[in-house]
Amino acid sequence: MELFPRIPVGEWIEAFVEWLLKAEFIIGALRSVIQFIADDIFHTIFATIPPLLFIILLTAFAAFLVRKSKNYGLPLLVLFGLLFIENLEYWDDLIITLSLVMTATLISVVIGVPLGVWMAKSNTVQRIFTPVLDLMQTMPAFVYLIPAVAFFGIGIVPGVVASVIFAMPPTVRLTNLGIRQVPTEMIEASDSFGSTPNQKLFKVQLPMAKTTIMAGVNQTIMLALSMVVIAAMIGTDGIGRQVYYAVGRNDIAMGFEAGICLVILAIILDRLTQTLNKQA
Amino acid sequence: MAKIKVQSLTKVFGKRPKQAIKLLSEGKSKDDILKETGMTVGVNQASFEVEEGEIFVIMGLSGSGKSTLVRLLNRLIDPSSGNVWVDGQDLATISDKELREVRRKKMSMVFQKFGLFPFRSIQENVEYGLEVQGIEKNKRSTKASSSLELVGLKGYEDKYPDELSGGMQQRVGLARALANDPDILLMDEAFSALDPLIRKDMQDELLELQEKMKKTIVFITHDLDEALRIGDRITIMKDGAIVQVGTPEDILANPANEYVERFVEDVDRSKVFTAENIMVRPETINAEKDGPRVALQRMKDTNISSIYVTKRSKQLIGIVHVDDISKAVHNKETDLTPYIHENVPTVTPETPLHDLFHVSSTSQVPIAVVDEENKLKGIIIRSKVLAALSGNEVTTNGIVS
Repeated sequence: MELFPRIPVGEWIEAFVEWLLKAEFIIGALRSVIQFIADDIFHTIFATIPPLLFIILLTAFAAFLVRKSKNYGLPLLVLFGLLFIENLEYWDDLIITLSLVMTATLISVVIGVPLGVWMAKSNTVQRIFTPVLDLMQTMPAFVYLIPAVAFFGIGIVPGVVASVIFAMPPTVRLTNLGIRQVPTEMIEASDSFGSTPNQKLFKVQLPMAKTTIMAGVNQTIMLALSMVVIAAMIGTDGIGRQVYYAVGRNDIAMGFEAGICLVILAIILDRLTQTLNKQA
Repeated sequence: MAKIKVQSLTKVFGKRPKQAIKLLSEGKSKDDILKETGMTVGVNQASFEVEEGEIFVIMGLSGSGKSTLVRLLNRLIDPSSGNVWVDGQDLATISDKELREVRRKKMSMVFQKFGLFPFRSIQENVEYGLEVQGIEKNKRSTKASSSLELVGLKGYEDKYPDELSGGMQQRVGLARALANDPDILLMDEAFSALDPLIRKDMQDELLELQEKMKKTIVFITHDLDEALRIGDRITIMKDGAIVQVGTPEDILANPANEYVERFVEDVDRSKVFTAENIMVRPETINAEKDGPRVALQRMKDTNISSIYVTKRSKQLIGIVHVDDISKAVHNKETDLTPYIHENVPTVTPETPLHDLFHVSSTSQVPIAVVDEENKLKGIIIRSKVLAALSGNEVTTNGIVS
């Protein structure tokens, strides 16, 4: 085996990361933007609203979503689920986790949808990005923590970055798929009336692909949630940290309480987005 | 000048169309080229002209390239070689922007599966073409409404496509195409997805609309009956190439080759041919100068048992029978008039063969074909009705072979 020396893949990537680190002002700007969205926008809003008012507002929103189907399971789930979390005194952790998930989702959509559109328009772009997306999803999520810490230190920002990398692929993939699945006849109809490429995209392709794209966003939210505990390892606050502590202390009670809160949050977010999608 | 002129238009699907085009010009067939190069010939050197205001039907079986051909006309598919001129403008050389203008103003398309946008209301669907032109809301609303009224869908503006039946959806498709007020309508198997009765209604309505609008319509179909019903001229395609172009009667009466012949074999001829196609030149006598003797002599000469009587101007008076005339001659009478039976079966030259069955089966004498001035143009003998149905002895100039 001496014939082939070991290929130093790891060293190459390390060198690449160190090289990237030199671009400090880009990283600084990114950190500020993410920090601003997560802390100053989402967390500030969620923290300003008193828990009970928050619960009532979200329940009312859920009730509004089911006004036609008269299926009141969803608002009841929201109401009792959130009251339960408040009762267990995890509310402060909940809003931090929610801020992390919403920030990661927002960034994933802002980057992922245009990227998905681009992939749908060009087979070459699709060929290039498909393996990249595969890599992003299959690489163990822990691995992203290392460069994330190197670039962004500890706290919510590296947590968001690692979540975005892990959670973005479904939005990209399903945007690409949704646009490619628009029936040819509708594309032809749009073209035959003299639409410009942008008119075709915004008036036909995106509206037609909306349900599929929303399914991707739903998956992104779920994956971002699954990153919460992992992000806690690099100092991201929230429910994830409680789980992480509980594991360290072998605290069954705390571990399960925090775990149940995460499950409730996941189910609520999933059902809300799915119902929202059916509405549209 | 022709509205649309197409010259040696060719579309090859595959990686090296130039190679295939060369083989085509050497006279190789579609199958040969597929075997040799793996490329599919969609349209093979098609040339034709569409005149303003006519319904030009392109018909062929599936895979014959007709849908590709119609998409080459508005460049939804780019041709591999050849040209399309619309009003003298060569579509192959114009920019994307100019092409969009042509599509917005000059030609609209109606699709087989309607191609309606499910997330838009009927009104919004019809407005689509106007919307992309940037026409303001009020104006496009007015235009869309009048277009919907034209196809009989007033009151459905706020419905969505999935709330409408297939026939109604296609009316929306038609209204959407008409809203732009294009000169040219491209209809790709527009009625093929509809069930037969609805299809027939839609054909009638299209013809009715065409009376008013006088658009140039290129209509694609795989249904020969449909082609014959609505087409002013028909093009028959096979393997991407044009086999024959002609009026419905040309195609039926003089099929260009065996392929067309086999095609038209199954046609319900009773719907296509009219009295004019099977009538024969009548033996007549002139009531103003001929008497019983002349009448009897003429019947004997031509070996018939009754003869039509007209005025000098060929206007039909009635018919006389040989028995009555023999008696009259025997009694040495000189006037025919008392023996003329005025109650005779008549039809017009445009009466379809289909409607002749009943008249011919209940009548003892040949049917008289008269024009609007009641002039006798010909007569129809029962055996000719049957002969025409069986596919023989039909010509287009009224004289039977």
